[in-house]
Amino acid sequence: MVPESKHSEAPLVLKARKETVLNTFRRDYQLWLMILPAIIVIFIFNYIPMYGIQLAFRDYDFTKGLTGGAWRGFDYFKQFFDSYMFGDLMKNTVVISLTTILLSFPAPIILALLINQLRWKRAKKALQTTVYLPHFISIVVMVGLLNVLLSPNSGIIGHLLTSMGLGDVNLLGSTKTFVPVYVISDIWQHCGWNSIIYLAALSTVDPQLYDSAKMDGASRWQTIRYVDLPAIVPTIIILFVLSMGNVLSTGFEKVFLMQNPLNLPVSEVIATYVYKIGIISNQFSYSAAIGLFNTVINFIFLYAMNAFTRKSSDISLW
Amino acid sequence: MNPTYGKNLNDRAADAVIVLLSVLVFLIIAYPLYFVIIASVSDSTLVSTGQVTLYPKNISFFGYKEIFHDSRIWTGYKNTLIYTLLGTLVNLLFTLPAAYVLSRHEFRARRVIMFLFVVTLFFSGGLIPTYLLMKDLHLTNSMWVFILPFSVNVYNLIIARSFFEHSLPKELYEAASMDGCSHFTFFVKVALPLSKAVVSVIALYYLVAHWNDFFTGLIYIRSNDLQPLQIVLRDILLSNQVFSQGAGAGGAAGGYAQQYADQVKYAVIIVSTLPILIVYPFIQKYFEKGVMIGSVKG
Repeated sequence: MVPESKHSEAPLVLKARKETVLNTFRRDYQLWLMILPAIIVIFIFNYIPMYGIQLAFRDYDFTKGLTGGAWRGFDYFKQFFDSYMFGDLMKNTVVISLTTILLSFPAPIILALLINQLRWKRAKKALQTTVYLPHFISIVVMVGLLNVLLSPNSGIIGHLLTSMGLGDVNLLGSTKTFVPVYVISDIWQHCGWNSIIYLAALSTVDPQLYDSAKMDGASRWQTIRYVDLPAIVPTIIILFVLSMGNVLSTGFEKVFLMQNPLNLPVSEVIATYVYKIGIISNQFSYSAAIGLFNTVINFIFLYAMNAFTRKSSDISLW
Repeated sequence: MNPTYGKNLNDRAADAVIVLLSVLVFLIIAYPLYFVIIASVSDSTLVSTGQVTLYPKNISFFGYKEIFHDSRIWTGYKNTLIYTLLGTLVNLLFTLPAAYVLSRHEFRARRVIMFLFVVTLFFSGGLIPTYLLMKDLHLTNSMWVFILPFSVNVYNLIIARSFFEHSLPKELYEAASMDGCSHFTFFVKVALPLSKAVVSVIALYYLVAHWNDFFTGLIYIRSNDLQPLQIVLRDILLSNQVFSQGAGAGGAAGGYAQQYADQVKYAVIIVSTLPILIVYPFIQKYFEKGVMIGSVKG
């Protein structure tokens, strides 16, 4: 990487070694000006809260600000581990997010392989346009949609279930159906959008590979298995590792909006609990500790998954 | 895709299966959306008894009329429109120049700053420290909380950066700078016009994120006059939830019987999602490009 030399008084090699942030500042001040707003915004809204994480180890003292309270060490973490909510929260969070990952992860892969096999261009385009669409529906509207469609006595899916003889199942107000409804609706909404990245990877497959597969007498199924699938395996692994970094973070909004007193035993997760005791009941230190615990577990999962895939397949995030 | 048609029976069968599956997927995704449209303009009694399935029956615009009279929806709509337009403008104003800078190899602090930005994807202070910070900054209960915080999305920044890196040949700036062109002028007059695709995709991402933002309103806003559309939608769509089936607890639709409430809900879903559905087809062609650029490692 030899920098373009505008000032030719110094020899090129020497200059490459000597360029530092300080001595290029005059030359690049315009670049600094252009990136300044982003730096300020990210510093204030991302880094200052990180500094504020120490709240998890301190009492919150309104008069002394975010970091002025008495040091409490791991007291708030202990309080959380000992609380009667701990087991349920962990279980619910892991169940919801693991089910989501395991079931909604393969869906876009299968969909992409399917769309890729469609030969009729216009049908392909139409299908793509349709399956991307639900991704843009807001979470509030999505949950509203579930409410009206699944309502046991007035929703169309409620009617369908009744006519199939499954009776008046209240899909939204039952501890048994909360997770399935959550996960299936998640797949319905996002699997199209998530298939884009696989479709992009599939579009880079060398057409000659298809020809030679055909010459060798490969069936459609074999082509998918031995040409298409290997082409997207690296993408699959990377995305899988990334999704494992979210094992302990269910999307707050959807769970929160789908909660009601009937399904609360299975729908209370760490994120919603942090919101309730933090923002609603103002126990700032305690909820900050729970939030931090969540972040740490996520990172451990991400790190472990990454180490695992790096060993087994040489593909990793870092 | 290889366009040669299958000759043997096996291939024909495979084609049939693929087409069948595709139709199935299409119906599963499209039907609920279609149903909401026809339900919103059909007689509510027929909808709630399950008689409206394939086409609208006894056309009625009751739901839309109700919405039209509901001032909360219009306040929410107005607020969200302001937050979305202003917010997206700020997003682009902050993100694109930064992405351009980080795409310049001669910028010495490039690696350090990129690293510090990427860290924020994996670590955050969490809800509570962020909330307390907003309070200290007096951003709670203010419209600026929708616009300034997190106005630079690092994912979008990376997409834009990769695009600038790949689509602007190095020689281009060198040539321009020979003619006395500064980075400012180069960015505005050369880089941006060459990057319409990525600018549209990122603008759409930001636009949709603002339009659908529910969290900010929930956490930081107390005053009803400032609430965005999504909060109003929550009140209408969900405030009489399943557990109060038909009891009509709260919300605009509260006084009506459940079936009327439902009709209002169908209409609300349409009205609130319409703007995005209108923008969508224009930008859809850039999606794959946008995602592909984003996935380029670097």
